[in-house]
Amino acid sequence: MTNHWNDIANSDCVMIIGCNPAENHPISFKWITQAQEKGAKLIVVDPRFTRSAAKSDLFVRLRPGTDIALMGGLIHYILEKNLFHKEYVINYTNASFVINKDFGFHDGLFSGFNPEKHAYDTATWGYQTGPDGKPLTDPTLTDPHCVFQLLKAQYARYTPEMVAITTGVPKEVFLKMAATYAATGQPGKSGTVMYAMGGTQHSTGVEIIRSYTIVQQLLGNMGVAGGGINALRGENNVQGSTDMALLFNLVPGYLVAPMEAAHPTLKDYLDKNTPKASFMINMPKFFVSLLKAFWGDAAKKENDFAYDYLPKAGAGFQGAGYSWIPLFEAMGAGIIKGILVWGMNPAVSSPNLNQTYQALDKLEWLAAFDLWETDTSVFWKRPGADPKKIKTEVFLFPAADSLEKEGSASNSGRWVQWRYQAVKPHGDAQSDLWYANRLGLELQKLYKGDPKAVFPAPIVNLNWNYGAAPDVHQVAKEVNGYTVADKKQVLNFLALKDDGSTACGCWIYSGSYPGPDKKNNLMARRDKKDPSGIGLYSNWSWAWPVNRRIIYNRCSADPAGQPYNPKRVLVRWDPAANAWKNNDVPDFGWINPATKAQIPPEVSAKTPFIMLPEGKSRIFVPGGLCKEGPFPEHYEALECPFHNPMSPVQSNPVVKIWKSALSQLAEVCDPRFPIIATTFRVTEHWQGGAMTRNLAWQAEMMPEMFVEMSPSLAKAKGIKAGDWVKVKSIRGEVLARADVTHRVAPFCCGTGGFQNTVEMVALPWHFGFAGLITGGPNGHNYAANQLAPEVGDANTMIPEYKVFLVNLEKA
Amino acid sequence: MPISRRTFLKIFGSGLAATGLTEVICKRSGWAASIPSAKIKEAQITHSICPYCGVGCGLVAYTKNGKLVDVEGDPDHPINQGTLCSKGQAVFEVVTSPRRLKKVRYRAPGSDHWEEKPLDWAMQTLAQRVKATRDSSFITKSPGGVTVNRTEALASIGGAALNNEECYLLAKLSRALGIVYLEHQARL
Repeated sequence: MTNHWNDIANSDCVMIIGCNPAENHPISFKWITQAQEKGAKLIVVDPRFTRSAAKSDLFVRLRPGTDIALMGGLIHYILEKNLFHKEYVINYTNASFVINKDFGFHDGLFSGFNPEKHAYDTATWGYQTGPDGKPLTDPTLTDPHCVFQLLKAQYARYTPEMVAITTGVPKEVFLKMAATYAATGQPGKSGTVMYAMGGTQHSTGVEIIRSYTIVQQLLGNMGVAGGGINALRGENNVQGSTDMALLFNLVPGYLVAPMEAAHPTLKDYLDKNTPKASFMINMPKFFVSLLKAFWGDAAKKENDFAYDYLPKAGAGFQGAGYSWIPLFEAMGAGIIKGILVWGMNPAVSSPNLNQTYQALDKLEWLAAFDLWETDTSVFWKRPGADPKKIKTEVFLFPAADSLEKEGSASNSGRWVQWRYQAVKPHGDAQSDLWYANRLGLELQKLYKGDPKAVFPAPIVNLNWNYGAAPDVHQVAKEVNGYTVADKKQVLNFLALKDDGSTACGCWIYSGSYPGPDKKNNLMARRDKKDPSGIGLYSNWSWAWPVNRRIIYNRCSADPAGQPYNPKRVLVRWDPAANAWKNNDVPDFGWINPATKAQIPPEVSAKTPFIMLPEGKSRIFVPGGLCKEGPFPEHYEALECPFHNPMSPVQSNPVVKIWKSALSQLAEVCDPRFPIIATTFRVTEHWQGGAMTRNLAWQAEMMPEMFVEMSPSLAKAKGIKAGDWVKVKSIRGEVLARADVTHRVAPFCCGTGGFQNTVEMVALPWHFGFAGLITGGPNGHNYAANQLAPEVGDANTMIPEYKVFLVNLEKA
Repeated sequence: MPISRRTFLKIFGSGLAATGLTEVICKRSGWAASIPSAKIKEAQITHSICPYCGVGCGLVAYTKNGKLVDVEGDPDHPINQGTLCSKGQAVFEVVTSPRRLKKVRYRAPGSDHWEEKPLDWAMQTLAQRVKATRDSSFITKSPGGVTVNRTEALASIGGAALNNEECYLLAKLSRALGIVYLEHQARL
């Protein structure tokens, strides 16, 4: 989240799209309700009439996967009716930047498409630059090649009529929604976008979120209280695990993971990843400090701070990287032999589960660390499997729960909050900290004792001095960072150096533990006073970076530093005092760290987005950072019952299609699978289900797998509420009880002779085959993801769980 | 001035009457209404954060003699202000459920059942497996001669349910091992 939970109460209009907080983030709804009580409007965009929709002022029933068409329509509406925040757009976004003359868009494709490679040459996707190398701009926004004019042209096709044809949203509903949300473009008003996996889990997931951000930029909603682009995180520390980079493509603090092709040496890495401008010119300090935290004294200037110890990523499986889908494809191909599973349940949560199971069967060993027996740890006992034929050796380690250990967790709003141990773990159970530490110690022992060990240096030289019983405070202090010579905690990342004199485990957390004692642990702060009066709670816990609660906050004030909304001040330039008066930690250069002189507002108004080299937010994304194009364009899901009404290009042209016996896709408008399916969650259960299907209370409240279907579909199939039905996709099938409900409805979409009405069903994805409850009578697997496709977004490879095709029949 | 229990109850009672909340709060009649529930009386208080979704609600865990007796929403927490959803209210059962694992379980290749194993044996054996898999698959140089020092035979997944410090140690250890197949819930 760019903002945070309490801040939602400051909003004038809340748009919930691709999430369902009333059900999945229930307590957050308190702050939406507060906004409503103060007069805010609530718009809920969803294929289903959800619990959030039930509280809305306007429910917009969107055909799943057509977010870009809807947002494109909203962009078109805002531009046509001149409702954008002009001063903000000119000064704080790249709308005025002039783009390469050869950039263009024709028949559904941007310039530079290579049909053989299914990829773009992105040479034309850039700014025109002047003799000084800086981008050319036209503050009048009239140059035909400026971003603003290109944006207008891009979305000229997205008329209210085309929106209706594509998304199934009736024109009058769309116009009401557009007028309501566009009203936040008035200076001083704020609108917030709340989204989750309903937005991201598509083959066009990144571009869908981009389309939300363009709306927010046009309306001046970024960096303001009550605004922002807010991803609702589904797990209590998925923000933190991402910050710590338990991901193939990053190292802690969102630094790029070294790649074999681009970064053979430290010099290559630093040269290619250090921009010429922006705050990230400091990147070498953060990266070298990370290497010092990892390898201590063994990371020296002479050996490039042990840069060779870090693995260099290759092209990955079939050239598709190392993310979830290629990981399980590589496992299925026998390349991955052993896996460590830390509190995760892929036997329920992975797409195309029949491929997942076949892959797990091929492992030599699997080690799971969990509170319970999960579906994953007993994959060898799943319905239909013969354990004798499965040669995988399985270790299941008993883990401590959050109340049985101490440490910090980062919530969706980037608040890093400390939690304490209340009770001791059961039996032999240990914290994951203990397991990681012990595994490291055992490996160091093995590698030290084996003269034939392969490249033991990164393991034996690992800075792993936590002892037999690791102290979580020692680790937290290492994450914060310290000076190497005297082991003093650094105040924050501004103190980090690229000469090996500082060590820091995750630079964005630097400042969370700036002193030696427990009283210096700012994550544990519990001061509930709110001097800001707008819910910043700046002395409650600690937020990254540097306790900033709302990022990009320079944009909350005009170029002269005067807040757009005087009642919701984040930062303010006081001309009388010649100084900034701040409620939040400024996200811009406001004071000279050496001289302590105040920096006047004109300076920061030029670069309000300090993390980007051009200093302005990106309506147009240059340089191929988004693989499908600099602007979001609507393409249909890979499995879809409609032809794309917006262009001749049916689906994302740069997506990878997996071709194997187990990874099949239905045809476009496949007569065998004429029904759209989507997946969702319920408040009583959580994710893959291990944390709730094992609890008696939750099991009793929500005991069985079900499928939501409309009364018209039920009637057509001869199904009554409560009947068991078999839902089938080209990849698998699942049993579920029929829930006949108006929460779902058919969609009427398409043009002229191609107009068609298609039913949609929706399935919760928490159920499986192990645990106190599985979802129905024993002996079956109730996991919805047996149906879901192995299709990934072209940028992130996030699976397309939210749209696929099925058929169903009475069981 | 020391306040006796009787005086305290009097003050508390009149305070409630003044706010007009007597009927709302005092469902039980008479003095019983203002006596805290026996379950958490004299219990030790520990602050925590809910382990479910990303809202990050505050919890108060009540323990007596090392045993958990109750878990409630933290009334001081700015986000949840004492409230919890149906999952947050079930945290008590996460700790106390008889289904929680207490010992290492081991399943031999081709076996149809678990065996209990000592923790030390399991950690040592797992370390041996990790080393054998890594060493037999380790790639030091690419065909083009670039030092890559990675293994594509080992994978590590998960971490979103762990604390930051745990995630950090896993991030550090997995890089030291040369793991590149590194993934977690952020993508699912």
